[in-house]
Amino acid sequence: MDALLEVREVSKSFDGLVALAEVTLCIHPGQIKGLIGPNGAGKTTLFNLIAGTLVPTAGDIRFRGQSIVGLPPYRIAHLGISRTFQNVQIFPGMTVLEHVLVGLHRYTLSGVLAAAARTRRIKGTEAALRERACALLDKLGLAAWADTPVDSLPFGLQRMVELARALATSPQLLLLDEPGAGLNPTEKAAVSQLIRKIRDEGVTVFLVEHDMQMMMGLADEVAVLDHGMLLAEGPPVEVQRDPQVIAAYLGEADDVA
Amino acid sequence: MRKGSPDTWAFAGAVGVVLLLGWLELRRPGGVSIARISGGLLTIDLLIRAGIFTIILVGLNLLMGYAGQVSLGQAAFYGMGAYFSAILTVKAAVLGISPAVARAWWWPWFVMGGAAVLVGVFSFLIGWVILRLRGHYLAMATLGLGIMVYIVLRENLGIPQLNLTGGFDGIVDIPRLHLGAFALWPESRYYFLVWAVALATIVLGLNVVHSPVGRALRAIHGSEAAAESVGIVVPLLKAQIFALSASLASLAGSLYAHFQAAVVPDTFGFVPSLELVVMSAIGGMASIWGAPLGVLAVLLIQELLRTHVLGLIPAVTAEMEPVIFGALLVLIMMFWPGGLVSSRRRRPVWGER
Repeated sequence: MDALLEVREVSKSFDGLVALAEVTLCIHPGQIKGLIGPNGAGKTTLFNLIAGTLVPTAGDIRFRGQSIVGLPPYRIAHLGISRTFQNVQIFPGMTVLEHVLVGLHRYTLSGVLAAAARTRRIKGTEAALRERACALLDKLGLAAWADTPVDSLPFGLQRMVELARALATSPQLLLLDEPGAGLNPTEKAAVSQLIRKIRDEGVTVFLVEHDMQMMMGLADEVAVLDHGMLLAEGPPVEVQRDPQVIAAYLGEADDVA
Repeated sequence: MRKGSPDTWAFAGAVGVVLLLGWLELRRPGGVSIARISGGLLTIDLLIRAGIFTIILVGLNLLMGYAGQVSLGQAAFYGMGAYFSAILTVKAAVLGISPAVARAWWWPWFVMGGAAVLVGVFSFLIGWVILRLRGHYLAMATLGLGIMVYIVLRENLGIPQLNLTGGFDGIVDIPRLHLGAFALWPESRYYFLVWAVALATIVLGLNVVHSPVGRALRAIHGSEAAAESVGIVVPLLKAQIFALSASLASLAGSLYAHFQAAVVPDTFGFVPSLELVVMSAIGGMASIWGAPLGVLAVLLIQELLRTHVLGLIPAVTAEMEPVIFGALLVLIMMFWPGGLVSSRRRRPVWGER
């Protein structure tokens, strides 16, 4: 099976400080792939490199066989990669429905001048988009809050709105940066359930998660990063038994203590 | 504009007010004029200037209030439009434009449209570069742009031998506008032209706001990273809205030139740019209706200061105006950040969440 996303010997350094060193990994279509590692291991850096927020110092990233290195984030979004953020990025003052409509923006294709003249085409697509957005909110159980400003929602729901916005772009690959952070166990279970559902509908998922338990129950395959290097890759059960992985996590525990 | 929305009613009201005031000025039934009703405060001159500023403000509010991109140099584009119109009508001979063309009634209109397009293209290119800057840095860049344009106008575009801009003295004897043989003058006629354009600009602004583009602009304001992550081409959209706002300012500048019949560089310097920001803040940046409201509020305050307040305090001259407006801006930002159109008064926000 061909890989959907290939990360080939990717390195990233910031002013000489190495954040990632020659990381190679593959994500296959239909997978839920997890990325774990101690704080500062380079997980979010890898996400930002894939999403185009950062450009690798060396190496190549290929999506469906095409290199996406150096492309701006919006081009990568157009290709079919969507993401959520570790620190929730919402649009203050905009409602839940509007967030999803922004996610659908790539289907509007309207320029400023067409918008100013309010052409018939804009009016037509707008109605269709609203219908699509409402359907998505229904599916994610967010319909009750459609007209609520997102900044007045609790944190857990804000994360869900972010997910809804990302899904609205109809991605092939969804990057989730700690979808469970800040959620209680019940909410975490619901999010896990939802991620599985999203995968079952054909979206490949790559997620960073700190909660090992959540990750183990969810991911088909897990990659472990430590100090910018790929430590292990494989099914969760195997990775969990890997002595290097255990050492990295115990080491972290020692640091904390 | 969406049919049946509150905007439609507000628009109908605005058209009504504009027509009523215009009719009063044109007919003066029983000797009643706008100036007399308002105790000399509201003159046709002030109303025309209000219309001209409204055109600029709609663009500025789209840029600052919706897209969240601060411009401290908007008067530069206003000045470019004004000088384009002034130079190409008054100094057409110097530029080798045939008098037959330059004296045709359609020529000033053609210049006005051409200037708006050129300024739009120019600002699109500039915007593509400087809109990569964020927050204070962007404000600084637009401030610099405004000062540069002001100096270029003052210094005769760097080619003193042609004396195109007239330096400090500017350009006088700019012709009035005509539609065929029909003169859009005296002021009571010009008023209708200016407000027709201003009202059209308001419709245009409302259309943008209620379109996917308006939504995308607000998204950029909220989080550029998130907006890009869903495929909004952020640099393009920012440059487009910057260009639209500059085009509108240029159009307003042309209308101003044909109204005053004279232009001087000081009208388009830093203080006017600052005044535009104050108007925007007072009216409510994130609102199209805030544009005419903010303009009228500021013009009326200015008029009151000039006629009733400043004269009472000895040793205080008109130069105090920017100081007063600066203080006003600070107070509004602290206590009324939504401007006139926002219904709720908020307590000051000390620092970001």
